[in-house]
Amino acid sequence: MVDIMAKQWYQRRVRAIIGVTEAFNRDTNPNKMNVGVGAYRDDAGKPYVLPCVRSAEELLVSQNLNHEYLPTHGCPNLRQAAKVLAFGADSVAVTENLVASTQTISGTGALRIGGEFIKKFHSSETIYLPTPSWGNHTPIFRDSGLEVKSYTYYKKDTKGLDFQGMLSDISQIEEGATILLHACAHNPTGVDPSPEQWNEISQVVKSRNLLVFVDMAYQGFASGNLEKDAYAVRKFTEEGHRILLAQSFAKNMGVYGERCGAFSIVGESESEAAALESQIKIVVRPMYSSPALHAARLVGTVLNDPALYAQWLVDVKGMADRIISMREALKSGLEKEGSVHNWDHLVNQIGMFCFTGMTPEQVARLTEEFSVYLTKDGRISVAGVSSRNVEYLAHAMHTVTK
Amino acid sequence: MSHFGEVSYVELPAVFHLSGRFAADTDPNKVNLTIGAYRTEAGKPWVLPCVRQAESILASDETINKEYLSMSGLQSLCDAAMRLVLGESSPVIQEDRAVALQTLSGTGALYICFQFIDQFYGGCKDIYVSDPSWGNHKLMIDRIPGLNFKQYPYYNSETMTVDVDAMCRTLDGAAEGSVVLLHACAHNPTGIDPSRNDWEKIAAVCRKKNLLVIFDLAYLGYASGDYNEDAWSIRYFADLGMEFFVCQSFAKIMGLYSERVGALHFVGATSEIAHKCLSQMKIIVRSIYSNPPSHGARIASLCLNNRDLRIEWEDCLKEMHARIRRARTYLHTALKMANVPGNWDHILSQNGMFSYTGLTKAQCEVLIEKHHIYLLKSGRISMCGVTESNAKYVAESFKDAIETAKEN
Repeated sequence: MVDIMAKQWYQRRVRAIIGVTEAFNRDTNPNKMNVGVGAYRDDAGKPYVLPCVRSAEELLVSQNLNHEYLPTHGCPNLRQAAKVLAFGADSVAVTENLVASTQTISGTGALRIGGEFIKKFHSSETIYLPTPSWGNHTPIFRDSGLEVKSYTYYKKDTKGLDFQGMLSDISQIEEGATILLHACAHNPTGVDPSPEQWNEISQVVKSRNLLVFVDMAYQGFASGNLEKDAYAVRKFTEEGHRILLAQSFAKNMGVYGERCGAFSIVGESESEAAALESQIKIVVRPMYSSPALHAARLVGTVLNDPALYAQWLVDVKGMADRIISMREALKSGLEKEGSVHNWDHLVNQIGMFCFTGMTPEQVARLTEEFSVYLTKDGRISVAGVSSRNVEYLAHAMHTVTK
Repeated sequence: MSHFGEVSYVELPAVFHLSGRFAADTDPNKVNLTIGAYRTEAGKPWVLPCVRQAESILASDETINKEYLSMSGLQSLCDAAMRLVLGESSPVIQEDRAVALQTLSGTGALYICFQFIDQFYGGCKDIYVSDPSWGNHKLMIDRIPGLNFKQYPYYNSETMTVDVDAMCRTLDGAAEGSVVLLHACAHNPTGIDPSRNDWEKIAAVCRKKNLLVIFDLAYLGYASGDYNEDAWSIRYFADLGMEFFVCQSFAKIMGLYSERVGALHFVGATSEIAHKCLSQMKIIVRSIYSNPPSHGARIASLCLNNRDLRIEWEDCLKEMHARIRRARTYLHTALKMANVPGNWDHILSQNGMFSYTGLTKAQCEVLIEKHHIYLLKSGRISMCGVTESNAKYVAESFKDAIETAKEN
């Protein structure tokens, strides 16, 4: 009757992350730290509404707009701006109208639409995820009806990329299967390929004629530079890969709960793009008819207004810079504590998350002895680190790892 | 070399097409009787004053941020929505047998509901839907391989009433434990609802065959102007101790269409069962969209929970209902004045946004092509598109269509 076994492992996973936050909330230790949840915090540890988004909101309130239905594929304003942001205004994909797209319910929604689309139209029903990947990728693709497999990605010894392992695995993937790539700021490891490595990956992927699905949840948020963070998307597209792309504005625009994202496919031609887009709408309509407007208005306003866009570049770089500085502060804090371990990976990894390399036992001690809350895999959310608590964290991490 | 070279171009359902054609039509007399969105007497969208005020409150509230809602959405909305549907002093709520999660409007609620039934219901997965029904119902059910779309007779086109006996006969012949989708009020597309007597018969056959009931609730308040009155069927089933889902939309009842605000309610046999089901529904949500949008939910929650806004919203609902009733009167009067052949009393007796006019496909085509009056070829019109100033034109066009349409 019910596929209970398959559901249970996932429920445990969901409970693991939610459990971290709940336990954190209950803890009365004044020094407690939540480095579990993946949402940006400012240096005071508070949720952050980007100034450009605040301004956009004020603008919208004054316009007294209505809430009439959007088309199935969402706000045209937002869709076009999302394409330009991802692919570049001068890219052939944009200038020749090769991109079919829909606004989605943030990144999760984009991934699910993509999964359903692949299941419906693609010859292969297998998708390959990096090991490890975001916890929700597997359920999303499995529930889309796809078979989920994996390729080597993270190397435990170096806490970096297992590049040879990755290439080797990809070269053995059956022709025509789908491969999921994280565009930047890999979740959960923070380990990204270099541009040169991306170039090689592109070649191997091409040689296997794989369908490329890129998950880009952190454009701008990783390095502070939009073009740099979109390197893989643009390079692959230039190289002729007709990629599927899931974009999230949750982190880089800080609109998390408003749910703003986009799903795109690059077609061979303008007419193919039109056909693909018509079929994407058919996938969307039975699920929720059309996406949420408010988020699209906010993000669309920021992306399309030159002054707000300029403000956004400052805001997003500010977030990226703060995270980078916390990584550096944590590393130097550990060195100051006298740690003999190599903590280079803290600054080599990029984005919100950091695979510290701590064991489950060490993680448990961090929580029990220091009220520092993180997931068992040793992943910390650097967004939860601030100038007020980075020394405490360094001290705690040193204590459990020395 | 494309992976998708074989993908063909596909048209969206008719209703979207027609809206597009209407928008492009330059005829000054054009009338849009297709889409189910409320329009004022001036033919304009209406942002409810309580919604505007709620937006103002939200905009100036510094404590509100954009953090993720939980998988089940905004709790204050879920709680208020539950009381709205089941009643303030519902025993089911007191017994903690009712659970709710925020969804992507009514469609989103139906989708989660169908997915949940597909994955967790051990009974018969034949889903009985009224003939006719909202077009998206069939699309959604067909989309999930484990579910089987079936129909029950509903609309008697000769008498223009609910054929409750035929409906109950079909449901009585269904396999034990099948699923049945009912429109709680203001049936889309016919506008014809069962009487209380009819509901008693329907409930009886549902109990007899142990059918799993889903209520589609997109128009609470649009049938009578009073949401307690409109929720009668749901509350009756609750009083009988039945298990059921309610797929609720706030799109029309609060004018929040594009903000995608809805709720999926489940009333279980026991509290434990209800909460277990809720936990599984949340897992389903996570792999579709993780958590629902916050903006619309906050607006709806304020309108339901803030005392002054609640009173204002109730008045807005009454106004929308009243305007639609006036539109029905304008059209009915105009049809009589123009001596349009046929009995048009159903325009007055039908409920809610829509009316099944009884016009044939050929007659509808004349209306569209010759008179620039856009409606679905099933003969369904949205009363929201009728105003005092266009009723005469619409009536006269109906007359011409009836007289000149060539039936095949």
